[in-house]
This record gives sequence, structure tokens and C-alpha cells, in this order.
Amino acid sequence: MLLVLLSIIVLLASSALAFSLRGTPARAQDAGAYGAAAASLCGLLPAGRVLLTGTPETLALPWAVPLGSLSFTLDPLAAFFLTPLFVLTGLAAVYGVDYLKTYEGKKPLGLAWAAFNVLTAAMVVVFTAANAVLFMLGWELMAAAAFLLVLFEHEREQSRRAAYLYLAAGGAGALLLLAAFSLLGRSAASLDFALFSVPAGGTATAVFLLFLAGFGLKAGFIPLHVWVPEADPAAPGYVAAVMSGVMMKTGIYGLIRVLAFLSPWQEWWGWTMLLAGAASCVLGALFALAQHELRRVLAYSSIENIGIILMALGLGTVAAVNGATAMSALAFSGALLHVLNHALFKGLLFMGAGAVLSGAGTSELDALGGLAKRLPRTAPLFLLGSAAACALPPFNGFTGEFLIYLAAFGGAAAPAALAGVVAALALAASGALAAAAFTRAAGTAFLGEPRTARAAGAHEAGPLMIFSMRSLALLCLLLGLAGPLLLLPVGTAVAAAFGLAPALAAVEGAAAPLAYVSAAGLLLVSLAALAFAGRARALKGRTPAEAGTWDCGYAAPTARMQYGAASFSQPLTDFFQPILRKIGQYPVITEYFPGKASFSTEAQAVFYNSFYMPAAARLRDLAYRFSWIQHGRLQIYIMYIVVTLLLLLLWKL
Amino acid sequence: MNTFAELIIVFIILMDLALAVTGSLSSCIKLVALQGVVAGILPLLAMHGSPHFRAVAFAAVIITLKGAVFPWLMMRARDRSGARKDVEPLISYPASILLCLGAFIASSWLGSRLPLPETNVAWIVPASLATIFTGFLLITTRTKAITQVLGYLVIENGIYIFGLALFVEQPMMVELAILLDVFVAVFVMGIAIFHISREFDHIDTAELSELSDWRRGEDGR
Amino acid sequence: MEIIKPVVQLLAALLLAPLLPGVINRVKAFFAGRRGQPLLQLYYDLAKLIRKTPVYSRTTTWVFVAGPAIGLAALVAALLVMPFAGRPSALSFDGDFVYLICLLGLARFCTVLAALDTGAAFEGMGASREMQFAVFSEPAFFLGLAALAAVTGQRSLGGMFGVLTGDSWRVAAPVLALLTASFFITLLAENSRVPADDPNTHLELTMIHEAMVLDHSGPDLAFILYGAALKLWLFGSLIASMVLPSHSGAWPRDAAMFLLVMLGVAAAVGVTESVMARLRLTKVPYMLITAFAFSALALIFQMGR
Repeated sequence: MLLVLLSIIVLLASSALAFSLRGTPARAQDAGAYGAAAASLCGLLPAGRVLLTGTPETLALPWAVPLGSLSFTLDPLAAFFLTPLFVLTGLAAVYGVDYLKTYEGKKPLGLAWAAFNVLTAAMVVVFTAANAVLFMLGWELMAAAAFLLVLFEHEREQSRRAAYLYLAAGGAGALLLLAAFSLLGRSAASLDFALFSVPAGGTATAVFLLFLAGFGLKAGFIPLHVWVPEADPAAPGYVAAVMSGVMMKTGIYGLIRVLAFLSPWQEWWGWTMLLAGAASCVLGALFALAQHELRRVLAYSSIENIGIILMALGLGTVAAVNGATAMSALAFSGALLHVLNHALFKGLLFMGAGAVLSGAGTSELDALGGLAKRLPRTAPLFLLGSAAACALPPFNGFTGEFLIYLAAFGGAAAPAALAGVVAALALAASGALAAAAFTRAAGTAFLGEPRTARAAGAHEAGPLMIFSMRSLALLCLLLGLAGPLLLLPVGTAVAAAFGLAPALAAVEGAAAPLAYVSAAGLLLVSLAALAFAGRARALKGRTPAEAGTWDCGYAAPTARMQYGAASFSQPLTDFFQPILRKIGQYPVITEYFPGKASFSTEAQAVFYNSFYMPAAARLRDLAYRFSWIQHGRLQIYIMYIVVTLLLLLLWKL
Repeated sequence: MNTFAELIIVFIILMDLALAVTGSLSSCIKLVALQGVVAGILPLLAMHGSPHFRAVAFAAVIITLKGAVFPWLMMRARDRSGARKDVEPLISYPASILLCLGAFIASSWLGSRLPLPETNVAWIVPASLATIFTGFLLITTRTKAITQVLGYLVIENGIYIFGLALFVEQPMMVELAILLDVFVAVFVMGIAIFHISREFDHIDTAELSELSDWRRGEDGR
Repeated sequence: MEIIKPVVQLLAALLLAPLLPGVINRVKAFFAGRRGQPLLQLYYDLAKLIRKTPVYSRTTTWVFVAGPAIGLAALVAALLVMPFAGRPSALSFDGDFVYLICLLGLARFCTVLAALDTGAAFEGMGASREMQFAVFSEPAFFLGLAALAAVTGQRSLGGMFGVLTGDSWRVAAPVLALLTASFFITLLAENSRVPADDPNTHLELTMIHEAMVLDHSGPDLAFILYGAALKLWLFGSLIASMVLPSHSGAWPRDAAMFLLVMLGVAAAVGVTESVMARLRLTKVPYMLITAFAFSALALIFQMGR
């Protein structure tokens, strides 16, 4: 536990150092990056230890804040969330050194590193806090630091809008969380988690809904996701990796803690989470298919994966209420394992997108192409990350989802079985849509011919960026092959979080299938090697010929004739037009011979445009009706004060 | 025998799905006829022991009516009104299928809540409610008048199957009354469709909503 | 002793898979009044292709070479999951049907990326249509397997097909009939057969699977053709296992009956290809939604028992 505290101190110190060194960007970079890396290494040790031994560690320090106390708890659940946090932030810091080199002199790097380290420290506080005031302190600090980082390119209108949207969502979420915490800790001396009392029926429902909405605004499941597709593309590559990989998971962490506070659960809570998660994963994958910018695709894919995790939590809740503890434990384990896996492969993908942006200058899919030849070391890593994101064996994306599938078929009585069918069907549908989205994104960006001059002149990413991406890719492959070994820490975390007594035993029951999956993964790798060897042997002594791609005899093919992002997804986006509501500008051809024409299509942010904007407009109109109160005349304001005092006097009499 | 009855129930539901999506008038008529015949066979299978002579005779009458007479009447109405074009539904294929499936799931849930006597075949009530829903779907999502008559026939099939759940051995009283109504209705509707088409040169109900003549005068026609 | 049977099963599948397209082509030729290609034509084609020198496009990268190889590896691994004659294969575990679907997804992922690597319009067209069909066929296939798991009460393919016999048909005939129909429609779509896709078309604009592999040649094309035969064997063995009348317990007799039924399934595919016309491209999702409806009905029936 002390090591975790040390890592927080190192992070805060290095952020202060980076800020003070902001005049010399190179040294600020060093200060920030070394601090982050050191803190990560420092923090991984206690996390690993707690996960393997299963014994929680606590630390309490005196604090003069009312209702608050500096009490930290490192139990297996917190340790399980700290692991991806430290791994990802450490590697992101290494990545960031190379990434930010191009901005030296143009952007305040010292401030960027300060904010990044504060973000990491705040997230550590959030995961280990055992007191609501400390938790909210970390929460708000995290939101503020991320806000600064989203504003990195503040000269762009899009970034400002994204930051504002992010702040609004964060603020609303924090208000809901404060309300919920105060309801929980009404009768306690201080807002320590251990001192929370389990509320009765109606209050429990209110608390659950407040927490679901509050943490949902940070986790980003539909319909509370509107800030994610704006904020993730606006932040720099390494920050987006951390935001999507870990920051959104703080919402999930909060939800799990809430479920632990609020036992016994009610069944409709589980159904709400299950259905919200199912809608998120299917709609998230569908929206990802329709985006035209690489980082927006990845942002919607994050929404999809958060939906999968939420769905697994809901499935576990429904199963637990109906007495199917084995199914419940498997579902929760699947959710936690997917938290870890998603952090790793999404971090890799966002880093790859950052490499594309810094190499080609744009991340618009229809302006890229042929980057596999220009970024030869990034391309295989990005494709590996895409395969992991589509839950393809032998990578790690598959193992978490496999546990959820095992839970869904865990068999028991009617309501739990129906929940399992819904969850499994949503997983299958979202998997197919995600596969389409990622083949489209990866194929359009990296494969084929470059569509613009910028893509043709792209340059490879720096060595530190490649190092980070390679480490994450290696972790993805290793975790995919080492499924059964992960069951122990996951099981420990689930048992610690939910107190399900037979949790460990039930989770061990999944060891045999996971062992087979790992064996099959090794077999797959060796079969692929065998196929390559066979091909090499068949081609021995002969050199393949080279020619242009078959173009059906067309004399002058160009790169614009390739299938691009919009055309690849057109059959699917047309089919789902009622949901996606694409808006487009179509050419009107009036002459006999073709002249110049233009075509554009864009998928709207459906929830934002159809729900949030009109609601906000109504709210604003309602507020305007009261604008007559503010008219600027001093005498009337003094009259307001006198009237208020009179009313208070009358009320008290 | 029970499995055979279940197979027939599945077949009826499959015909509901097919009816919901089909776009061709003649196949619609044939499907409705087939569904009526199959529904007529159903009580013979759901009964215990060997069937009565009365039940067999009754089933024969129903099969003749639904399998031969009604289709003949509908074909005659179709030929005389000259409506040979297709009857594309107003809602898309996936929407129709999902609606039908959803109706079946809702009917299963509803059937488990209704206080009905135990039947031999467990799926009679959901199948009947789903068939009634398909009939309503046909009426509301098609524009040609003939298809709406066919929807009415499908509803009657559904009610007949539902009656099986209530009176396993004696659907006769209820069914005779309904059947007489339907026969008269189809006969009358056949005549009416002929007259509508003779008057308006079409039987497209979408265009029939234009009832006033003076609005046509505004165009100068 | 127990290790020999799975190995023999795998070898049998690997050797006999290219026979299935031959059977289909002969049935189609019979319907067309022709003599048709030899039954072993695919074997001759594969042998010829391995000996050829490939031609690579200047646009392609390592992805173009890796795609067919990894796809083939995925399909061979899928063979190891699929039961043979009602007996579990080497990789039989709880939830292995999910793994099977993901392996097929991996094969599709690799083929699509290799197609997009050529930078041509035809391959992109084929890839786009292939992913579109996958969005509809994967949930239908998955729901069918889930319904099968519910009917048999087993969670692994080996368990499911070990329990499934003629008696199961007597008890749960409607559900199993619906599932067989759903799997057959999925077979037609996933293996690019009429009515989803015409394997004999020569017009690039109408191709789906053929367009994706248009630029491959030599050993790469051999891998792809062989992989397609393996995929046909996978789906065919699924349907054959569903309709196998009984398990006698004696391995040779079961294997012989299984192979016979597999040839029957191939002949049925040939008959379907001969009597049906290819569907309009926009109607293929409707066909797959019908398969989904069949699977859903089967599951509803099973869950309501």
C-alpha cells in the first residue's frame, strides 16, 4: 500500500517538476515521462502482490476535512484495475515522448505532462479510495486533468467543442454521484465506504439509479455516451489511449463498488444493466461502422466494449438474484477480464492511430491508404490490435468474451437463461459488426494505394512509439494464450468485490475450457507457421513475378477507384439507415456527358442530434423565460435582497 | 402423435411468417388456403383416442371450404377486378419478420398467463394469437382490398385454432357460427370488390382514401 | 489407442474435403444435361496450383501473402473442433461452438484484409459484400447453435452431436427440422453457393467470394481453394451430424454412414444450386434473416417446453 502512495507522490512531484520546467520542453518531457514510468513500475508491485495473495491492504491517515478521511484500501478488485492503469500509463508515457517531439515549441509540453501525471495520480486515488470525499476529490481531479488534455489542440473548433461536452458530461455525472453518496452515507459519521449502511427498498433504487447515471456518464454506455466520440479524437494519441483504456473503466469500477454496497440486489437492476449494455454493444459497433475518421471508429468501439462489460455485469446480477451463483461468478469474471483486455488492445489501437496521425498528418479514412508500405512497423501492430478488438483467437479479446459466453450458457432456470440468451445474441451481433468496422478501418487506412499525397508521403513513427505498441501487442498475444493463468487473479478480484462464496470454485470450473482455448491458440500459431513453411517450400527456387493489380483491362486505374471507407460500409449503413440517419449530398446529373460532381455522406451523432440537442434547446428556452430576473438595475437587486430577508423572517416566526 | 401436432403448429407459424413477407397475390391466396386446411386437420390430431365421425365430417367440411371454396372465390374476385399486380407490404422484410417473431414471443408469454384448460398440445394458444396478429398485420400493411380480405381469413384461422384450446372436442358450435359469418362475408366482399373495381378502375385502398370529387376539379381534371 | 481415432478423423476430413465440390459440380452438370468435370477435379487443380509461380501485384504487402496462410490455419483448427460421425474431435470443450464461430471469423478477417490489400475496386466490392453477409449470417448461425445446445442440454459440439440421434428427432422434430433448415441456408451463404452467390460467374461485378480472391495465384490460390473446401466440409458435417439416424457404437460403421450422409448433403447443395436462381444482392440479407427467424423459432420452442 505504501508503494501505491509512493507512486502517487512520484506522479504529483514529477507533474510539478514538469510544470516548473515548462520553459525548456525537452527537460519537461523527461521529467514527466520518467516520473510516469517510475510510478508505474512502483505501483505494479503491490498490485501484483495483492492479486496473487488475495489479502487486502489498508492505510488510514488523519485529514481535517469534514466527513472525509485519507483512507486507502488496496483490495484485489482495486489491484485488478490498477494493473491496466499502470501498464497503460507507463507505456503511454514512453509513447508520448516521441509523439510530442513534433509539438516542441508549438504547444506547452510542460503543462501537458503535468496534466497527464495528475490524471494518472487521480485515477490511482479513485481506485484505492475508501472514503467518498477522497473518491470525489480524485474523480474531479481526473476530470479536470483530462479536460486540459482534451484541449491540447484548442485552436481547432472541434477540440473546444469536445472539451466543453466532456466537461458538461463530467459535471453532470459528479453531481449525480454526490447526491448518491450523500444518500448512502446519511446516517454515518463520515463518508467512509466501510461505514455505509444498506438502504431500504425505495432509497436503494434511487441510489442505484443515481450511481448508474453518474458512473455511466464517465463509462460512456448508450445513451450517456455522447462525449466519447468527440473527446477521444481530440486528445493526443497517448492520452486517448489512457482515456479510453482506463479512464472510462473508472465508471465500471464505481458500478462494481456500488453493487457491493447495495446487496441484496433487485432483479430489474440486472435487467437494466443487461439491456443498456446490449444496446451499447450493438449500437456502438454499428456507429463505428459508419464513421469516417479513424479515431472516431476507435471511440465508438470503446463504447461497444464498455457495453459488453456492462452487459456481463447485468447478466451476473440477474443470475445472482436467481440463485445461479456459478453463472454469476463466470459473468463477473468475464466482465473484469474484458476490462483488462480492452485496456490493452484499445491502448494499442489508439497508439497506432496516433502514429498514423503524426505520420500522415490526417486520420480521415478516405484520405489515407497504403500506409502498410510507409509505416511498415506500425501496420502489423495495428492489424494485430484490430484482430484482438474483433475477439479473434488467439488474441486476448476472445478470452473475456468467451467467459461471458460460458456464463450465458451456464444453464439455469428461466429468467437467468433468458438473460443469457439476450447477452449471447448481443455479443454475436456486435462481434460481426465490429469485425466489419475494423476490417474497414484497418483496410482503408493501411492497405491498398494511398488516396492523397499526404498519405503517400507518410513517415514511420518514432522508436519509442514502436516500443510501446510492440509491448502492448506482445501482451495481447500472451494474455490470449495464457487464459487459464488469469483465472486466479480474476477469481480473487470477483470474490473480493462481490463476496460470492463459491466464486472461486465456479471460476475454476472455467479453467478447462480456457486451457483448451490456449492450446488451440498455440496450435493455430503453429499451423500458420506450417502453412508459411509449406508455401516457402512450394516456391523454392522460384521468384514470384510482379504486375499491376487486375483491373479488368481498364487503361488508367487510379487510387480513387479503390473501395474506400464509405463505400465499404455502404450496404450495411444503407440497411440500417433508420438507425444511423446518414445525411448525404448526392450528385444531380443533368448533362449527357459527365462533368464535375461531388458526393458526400456523413453519419450523424444520432443521440446527440435527436435527443440531447433538442432537450438542451428546450431547457434553454425554459431558462430564457426567467431571464427577466436579470435586468441589471441595482435598485431592483437591492429590493430582491430585502424581500428575501423579509420572507426568511416570516418563515421563521 | 404429439410431435406431429407440434410439427403442424410450427408449420402454421412458418406460414404466418411467409404471409407477412410475401409480395405476390396468388401465393398469398394459396398460403391462406393451405393454412386453413392445416388448421382444419389439427383437431383430429389433438384429440384423445380415435376421433368421432362428427369431428371427421366437420373437419372435411372445413377443409373443403377453406381449401377450395374460399380460394376459388378470391381468385374469381382477383380476376374480375383485374388486380394482377403484386402486393408489396408497406413495411420492410426484416421489420415484418421481427414483428411476427415478437408477436409469437408475446403470445407465448400471454398464453402462459391466461387461465385456460390444459391442452394436449402446449403451443396452440401462442400459435393462434400469433396467427391473429399476422392477420392484423396483413390488413394494416397492405393496400389492395383483396389482401385485406385475406387478412380477415387469417384472423378467422387464428380464432379457430384458439377455439381448439378451449373446446378440444367440441369446437363445433362456435366454429359453425363463425364459419357461416365468414362464408357470407367472403361472398359479399367478392361482389363488393368487383363493383369497387368497376367503379374506380382499381382496388388500391391507398387511392380510395380520396373520396371527394371537388378536389379533383381543382387540378382542372 | 484414443489418440489414433481423432488423428484418423482429421486425416479423413483433410483428404476427403476436396471431394465435396466435385460432387456438387457433377450434380449440377447432371441437371444441366452435361457430363461435367471429373469428381477429383479440385485435387488436380490444387496440385497444379502448388506447382505454379505466383504473380503478385505491386500494391500488395505481406498481408496479401499472410491472408491465405492464416485463413487456412484457422480452418484446419476449426476442423479439429468439429465432431466427426458424432464423436468428439481433438479439441472438444465446453463452449467450443463459440470458438468455432470465431475461427471462421478469423478466416474471413484474413481473406478480407488480403482482398483490400490489392487496392482494386473488385476486391473491395467482394470484401464489402462478404462482411455485409457475415453481419447477418453469424448471429443466425450462433442462435442456431445455441438452440441446439438448449435442445441437447450439452455445451460442446461433441456432446451435442453425441446425444443427437434418431430418437431425438422423434421427441423434438419441429425444433431440429427448423435448425437443419437454418443451418442449410447458412451453409449456402457462407460457402458462396447459389442463391447467395454464384461460384461460376465470370463477371467481376457480380462476384462476391470470387472477387475477393481474384488476384491470388499459385500456392496462395491453392490455400484459398482448399480452405473453401474445408469450410464446405465443416458446414456439411454440421448438417450431416444433425440428420444421422443412429449411432451404432462401432466406429467404422458410423464413419461410413457419416461419409455417405456428407455426400448426400453435397448432392443436396448441388440440387439446390440447380433448381434455384441467384437472389438479387439486396435480397440475400432477407434470406439470412429468414435463417435467423428459423433459429429463433427453434430456440423459442425449446425454451418454452
